[in-house]
Amino acid sequence: MTSYSLTHLKLLEAESIHIIREVAAEFSNPVMLYSIGKDSAVMTHLTLKAFYPDKPPFPFLHVDTTWKFREMIAYRESYVRQKLGIELLVHINEEGLKLGLDPAENSEKHTEVMKTESLKQALNKYKFDAAFGGARRDEEKSRAKERVFSFRDKFHRWDPKNQRPELWNLYNSKVNPGESIRVFPLSNWTELDVWQYIHLENIPLVPLYLAAEREVVERGGTLIMKDDDRLTLRPGEKLEKRMVRFRTLGCYPLTGAVESNATTLPQIIQEMLLTKTSERQGRMIDKDAGGAGMEEKKKQGYF
Amino acid sequence: MSHQSDLIATDINEYLAQHERKQLLRFITCGSVDDGKSTLIGRLLFDSKMLYEDHIAQLESESKVHGTTGGKFDPALVTDGLKAEREQGITIDVAYRYFSTAKRKFIIADTPGHEQYTRNMATGASTADLAIILIDARYGMLTQTRRHSFIVSLLGIRHVVVTINKMDLVDFSQNRFEEICDSYRDFAARLDLPDLHFIPISALNGDNVVEPSPSMPWYQGSTLMNFLETVYIGSDRNFEDFRFPVQYVNRPNLDFRGFCGTIASGIVRKGDEIMVLPSRQTSHVKEIVVQGETPDEAFTPQSVTLTLETEIDCSRGDMIVRPGNLPKVSNSFDAMIVWMSQEAMIPGKSYLIKHTTQTIPGQIESLRYRVDVNTLHRSPAPDLQLNEIGRCTIVVNQPIYYDPYRRNRTTGAFIVIDRISNITVGAGMITSREADRKQTLAPWEIEESGDSTGESSVRTITTDERRARMGQAPVTLLFTGMSGSGKSTIARGVERALFDNGRLSVVLDGEDLRRGLSRDLGYTPEDRSENLRRCAHVARLLNENGFICLASLIAPSAAVRDKAAELVGRERFLVIHVDAPVEVCQQRDPRGHYQSAEQGQMPRLPGAGTTYEAPTSPDLVLNTQQMSIEECVEKVVELLSSRKFVS
Repeated sequence: MTSYSLTHLKLLEAESIHIIREVAAEFSNPVMLYSIGKDSAVMTHLTLKAFYPDKPPFPFLHVDTTWKFREMIAYRESYVRQKLGIELLVHINEEGLKLGLDPAENSEKHTEVMKTESLKQALNKYKFDAAFGGARRDEEKSRAKERVFSFRDKFHRWDPKNQRPELWNLYNSKVNPGESIRVFPLSNWTELDVWQYIHLENIPLVPLYLAAEREVVERGGTLIMKDDDRLTLRPGEKLEKRMVRFRTLGCYPLTGAVESNATTLPQIIQEMLLTKTSERQGRMIDKDAGGAGMEEKKKQGYF
Repeated sequence: MSHQSDLIATDINEYLAQHERKQLLRFITCGSVDDGKSTLIGRLLFDSKMLYEDHIAQLESESKVHGTTGGKFDPALVTDGLKAEREQGITIDVAYRYFSTAKRKFIIADTPGHEQYTRNMATGASTADLAIILIDARYGMLTQTRRHSFIVSLLGIRHVVVTINKMDLVDFSQNRFEEICDSYRDFAARLDLPDLHFIPISALNGDNVVEPSPSMPWYQGSTLMNFLETVYIGSDRNFEDFRFPVQYVNRPNLDFRGFCGTIASGIVRKGDEIMVLPSRQTSHVKEIVVQGETPDEAFTPQSVTLTLETEIDCSRGDMIVRPGNLPKVSNSFDAMIVWMSQEAMIPGKSYLIKHTTQTIPGQIESLRYRVDVNTLHRSPAPDLQLNEIGRCTIVVNQPIYYDPYRRNRTTGAFIVIDRISNITVGAGMITSREADRKQTLAPWEIEESGDSTGESSVRTITTDERRARMGQAPVTLLFTGMSGSGKSTIARGVERALFDNGRLSVVLDGEDLRRGLSRDLGYTPEDRSENLRRCAHVARLLNENGFICLASLIAPSAAVRDKAAELVGRERFLVIHVDAPVEVCQQRDPRGHYQSAEQGQMPRLPGAGTTYEAPTSPDLVLNTQQMSIEECVEKVVELLSSRKFVS
């Protein structure tokens, strides 16, 4: 008898596609929150598969803080919008922009205004009742308990103590007007799963994930890339060319590079498996407010 | 995150090739912090090198603040999630953990062992292939062990590993280990746990977790990790019954009409004849589209798109099956329901039922019994409270296509959603109503034999529920004896006494019946028999509605009394012989019957023309010549009490 068994990646893929289709079928106005990173790339790929040969039946939304790496924006425009032909919405908090916040100087405020607030603005503007996010439960401790369908009240808040029970693959999509569901199709994927899947499926990524010679400045033990002229050097700092890559992508002044010679996907995976620090270590947000940084942010509506 | 593999450094491509073929195993861990559950999970993650150094550093600093190991590294903190919980020192929800080895990727559903969190465990168990049940070697089987095992069985997990933890604290005693295994096996015989294993471990020190324990050479079996890596789960899925709930209809253009969904069970091949429910229209599979490819076959649990040879009506909520293998199609079914809301489940209230890809209004028509998760004892109940489990009959507004949960964990499962709050308030597992119960139901479900009284099945409130509410068990007392013996007087006295004690009874007096229900009857033996038959039916209805029935009739024929006992139910039919000498009766003659008889108007009055057949073995004899009414009443109440009909 043929072995009717699926590898773990095929099982994860089937589960994610089921989730994505369920949202398309049950919600009237869903959106894919698109962050341009590798998890978004996997979600995009799964979405294309879920509705093949049709295009995704919902738009993608990128909340642009205006501080993203230029290569990210280029990839977004040329690959997602042009090549894949996906309906792509870009939202910028124009009010917040007037504050002229420099993430390098005031990261917390910048994130709150240009990311958290901006996302809420966009969700309110378009009245989405479901929003896909690429968060995984293995990323961070408070996410281990997040549901696949995560209920948000009309202020987009998450109540970790009062989550809906979630059994089998029967997702509860009932919401009242103004309320919404954040949907995490990659909940059960680990970082290694994501990389392996990208490798197996040949999913195109922003080149920043691969090591290259880039102009960086060492700041507080982190390597920051000078992506444009808005990054001003502080006294004693100097730019230098180093072989670096990025393990996560965000606002460039807040995203630390790691020194690396990994120029291919297998090499990245190799480095990841041999490294001794976790993925989000490169980001500064998690460390705010003691160990519970992300949890606080999520309650406020940060993804 | 270094897996122990040299290949990572030497040949990453080969490593990736190997790891692309891994299987996935989902398991649930059941136990409390006291059993060392968090420690065990921490140990599995730690020993499989799934923790980064920065995680470990953070855990070490947290161990000093929240740990229970005196500042030493506390593996339990690995699994702790939310801030509030860390402060309380308890886990209060379902958390999912991930780790992998060269052979498998694992997803752990980590749920609390705390009493009130049955719902969380059911949630974690719903997607698990295997359960680890932790027992503290010092304490052996506890109430929670029974509870966890019951829920594991209820949710259909086939593989159970009972890990006897803290073996270091019982001197690694083989006797102690075997003693616990034996008691567990005894208990598990009542449950449906087809694949049961036992492993002695010490999670804190790692004995038999990943590495074999040098302290327990007597144990020759697998380590826990080895077992998790090798346990065969391939046959758990149902590959026999093709069930394809249509999730989404994909219609990008006029040339393509695809039905998207996840194959709930079974296998589908190109060219197969299929039937769409509920329309029962048939067609053939034209093409299977699996993520852009078109394979010749697909199987559960793949997410696929099917196109059909002919254009037939089919939309979300419909189910594609094979014409020769149909699921049950009904708008009424029985299920075990786990209640998950603070607001109690109320029979008769309207809820939404989400089953496969259908969400339809319906009612939980009746609650047949509640199961005590600690003792497996069943009892009647008016409702289900948070974390309670009960067997219910559900009626939905349109038919669903289902299989018993034991046979199919996808088409046999549903959730209950509150229509106002939108919250998921319950989870249900459909049970079989067929005669083949023994094959598909757990032993505790089989026990259900129904009341021997042949109680009408359409009731929404069971006899047992009424019993709980009214504090009395329904019973019929037949006060039999000659006219004038004092039957009615005593019956009325008993009614009063019960009423004063908060009990509800109804007196059925033969003479009263004759004024209405039996107005057409005379006093022939046949008519007396018919009167008693009618009375017995009324008594049975009263009993089924929870009332105590005090029937006062002469009932002179032993054979007819016996028929009445049969009709009402022998276990709730008591015969009280109200006895007095015929002269005394004639003298009393409260209704003037003897006088009428004397005048020839009542020719067949027992004791005055025909025979009264005194009962040969009555439950009580009351001699009203010697005893006062009060004494008689007291005797009757004592009888009810000693037979446990009233408390």
